[in-house]
Amino acid sequence: MSTPEDTAAAARGLRLRVPSSTLVRSLGLALLAGVVLFVASEGLSEYNDLQLASGSYYFVVLAGLTVLTGLSGQISLGHGALMAVGAYTVALLVGNEHWALIPALLAAVVVTAVVGTLVGAAATRLRGPYLAGATLAFAIGLPALAYKYPNTLGGANGLTIEPPKVPSWLGASFPLERWEAWIAGIGVLVVVFLMNNLVRSGVGRSFRAVRDDEIAASLCGLHVGRVQTLAFVVSAACAGLGGGLLAVVLQLAAPGAFELELSLSLLTAIVLGGLGSQLGAIWGAAVLVLLPGWADDIAHSFSLSTNVSNNLPLAIYGLVLIIAMLVWPSGIQGGLRRIIGLVRRSPTGSRELDKHSTSGSGGAST
Amino acid sequence: MTRFIDLTLNGISTGAVYAAVALALVLIWRATRIVNFAQGGMLMITTFIASDVISSTGSYWLGFAVALASGLVLGAVVERVLIRRVEGGPPLNAVIVALGLLILLEAAAGMIWGNTPRSFPPAFSIRGYEVGGTRLLFAPNDTFTVLVVFAVAGALAVLFRYTALGLKMRASALAPEVARLQGVRVGRMFTLGWALAALVGSLAGLLVAPSVFVGPNQFDPILIFGFTAAVLGGLDSPPGAVVGGILLGLVLSYVSGYEGASLVTLAALVVLIAVLMIRPGGLFSTSRERRV
Repeated sequence: MSTPEDTAAAARGLRLRVPSSTLVRSLGLALLAGVVLFVASEGLSEYNDLQLASGSYYFVVLAGLTVLTGLSGQISLGHGALMAVGAYTVALLVGNEHWALIPALLAAVVVTAVVGTLVGAAATRLRGPYLAGATLAFAIGLPALAYKYPNTLGGANGLTIEPPKVPSWLGASFPLERWEAWIAGIGVLVVVFLMNNLVRSGVGRSFRAVRDDEIAASLCGLHVGRVQTLAFVVSAACAGLGGGLLAVVLQLAAPGAFELELSLSLLTAIVLGGLGSQLGAIWGAAVLVLLPGWADDIAHSFSLSTNVSNNLPLAIYGLVLIIAMLVWPSGIQGGLRRIIGLVRRSPTGSRELDKHSTSGSGGAST
Repeated sequence: MTRFIDLTLNGISTGAVYAAVALALVLIWRATRIVNFAQGGMLMITTFIASDVISSTGSYWLGFAVALASGLVLGAVVERVLIRRVEGGPPLNAVIVALGLLILLEAAAGMIWGNTPRSFPPAFSIRGYEVGGTRLLFAPNDTFTVLVVFAVAGALAVLFRYTALGLKMRASALAPEVARLQGVRVGRMFTLGWALAALVGSLAGLLVAPSVFVGPNQFDPILIFGFTAAVLGGLDSPPGAVVGGILLGLVLSYVSGYEGASLVTLAALVVLIAVLMIRPGGLFSTSRERRV
C-alpha cells in the first residue's frame, strides 16, 4: 500500500514538502490530474482524445474497484454489470427524459449505488470464490434484462443518446472528442479527490482492517458486514459514474458492451496495474485502452494468414497477462516501485515494497 | 405433461455436462485452491484434437481416447509450467494467469483451426426414445452422457475415499507441510490433481460438443455454468458438483422452456443467490468455520 507521501511525491516526480492536511493533498492531486488531462487533451488528435475519454471512464471504474479489491479485500467479477446500470440510467434520463448531463450522471451514481447496496449486502456473507461466482452470475445475468424489456431498454441494439453539445464559448471548431474527454476528465478529478480522501480517512482504515483480519476488526468495534457493504457501495458508485460517462462518450448503452468480458478485463486491469493504489488504476486504464490497439498494430505489421492475424491480438493479450503476473506479481505499479527502489537503494524503498507485497497477498485472500 | 418430461430429461443431460465441468473445477480447487478459468480453453483444445482425429481416422472412440489422453497431458503441463509459479502467491494472480491462459488458448485454437465452429459427431444416436407413440427429447447419447458423468463422479469418490493415492492427494491439499513430512511428493500430487481435472474437463467437452459445436468460444457458456454449478454445490465437494450441475441444468431447462432462452442467465443468478443466501459455502459445504 502506498503511503500518502509516497503517492503524492511519485505523482509530482519529486519529493516536495507535502502538506499535512489530507483535504489539501487530495485537492492538489485532483488539480494536478486536471492540469495533466487538460494539457494532454489539447495536444492530442481527435482519435487520441477519444482514447483519453475512454481511459478516463475506465479509470473512474478501476479506482472504485481497487478500493473494493485492494482495500477491502473483496473480489468482484460483476462490475461490468454495474457499469451497465450507470450507462442505462444516463441513456434513459438523457435520451427519454431530456435531463441535463450532470444531474443524469449524479442519478446514475445514485441508482448504481443502490444496486451496489443490494449486491454488497448479499456479498458480505460470501468469501473468495463464492463471492466471485455470485458476482459472475450477476455479470452474465443482468444484461439479459435488456433483452427481456426491449421496449424500455432497447433490446440488443440498446439505447442511443445525442452527443453532448460543445458549449459555444469554446469556439465552433472545438472537436467533440476533446469535449468528451473533458467531461470524462472532470469525472476523473472528482473520483481522484474523493477516493484519495476516503483512502486516508477512518473509513479507509476500517476497510483495510476488515481486509487484514476480520476478527480483530470486529474486536475493535467494527461491524464487518457493514464495512464490506460500504466498500461495495463506494465501488458501485464509481462503476455507475464510469458507466454513465461511457454512455456519454460512446452515445450508446447496449448489452453487448457489458458482457462478462468487460467485468473480467476490469479485474485484470486492476491486478495488472497494481492492486490497491490509484496509480495502479491509471496503469490499468492505460492498459485497457492502449493494449488492444498496439496488439492490433503488431498483428497487422506482419503478413500472416487471416486466421493467425485475426487471433494474434488476442494471443498477445493473453500472453501479456500471463507474463506480467509471473514477472510482476504485484502489478505494474509494484514493478515500478521495485525499480525505483533499486535505483535509489534506499531502505525505505524496500520497506515499502515489503508492505506492498503483503497487502497484495492479503488483497483477495478471504 | 410431455413438455415437462422433455424439459426434465433435457435438464438432466445438460446438467450432467455442467456437473462434469464443475467436477473438473472442484478437483483443481481441492488440489491447489485455484479457480481454473482456463478449464474452458483446455477442454476446447482437447475437443478440437478429438475432432481432427475422428475426421482423419473415422473412428469416434479413437478420437475420444486421444482427447482424454491429451487432457491428462495438458493438465499436467499447465500445472508444472504455469501454475506452479503462482501457487501460494496472491490468489488473484492465479486467477489472472488462468484467464490469460484461457484467452491464449482460444486465440491459439482460432489460429490453428479457424474461428468458424464445426460440427462434432455424437457417440450414440441422437434420435430420441419413442415412448407410447411420442418421441422424447432424450436420446441414447443423452443416456451415455448421464451415465458417464455419474460413473466418473463415482470413480473419483472411490479414488479419494478408499485409495492410498486419494489419501495422499487429500493430505497434500489440506496440509501440504505435514504430507511432505510423511514422504508424500506434494508437488506431484498437485500435478496429478490438475491432470485428472483436465481429463474430466476434456470428457465434458466431448459430451457437449455435438450440441454446441466445436469452436474457440463455443465452450464459454459451459465454463460459466460449470463454475456456477460448482459454487452451488460447494467447491470442496465432488458430490456437490454433481448435484449442483443437475440442479442448475434442470432450472435452466425449465426457465428456457417455459419463459424463453433470454432469461436463462438471469435464472442462474437467482438460483445461485438464493442458495448462497441460505448456505454461503454452497449446498454441500461442511460446517467448518470459514478461514480468515
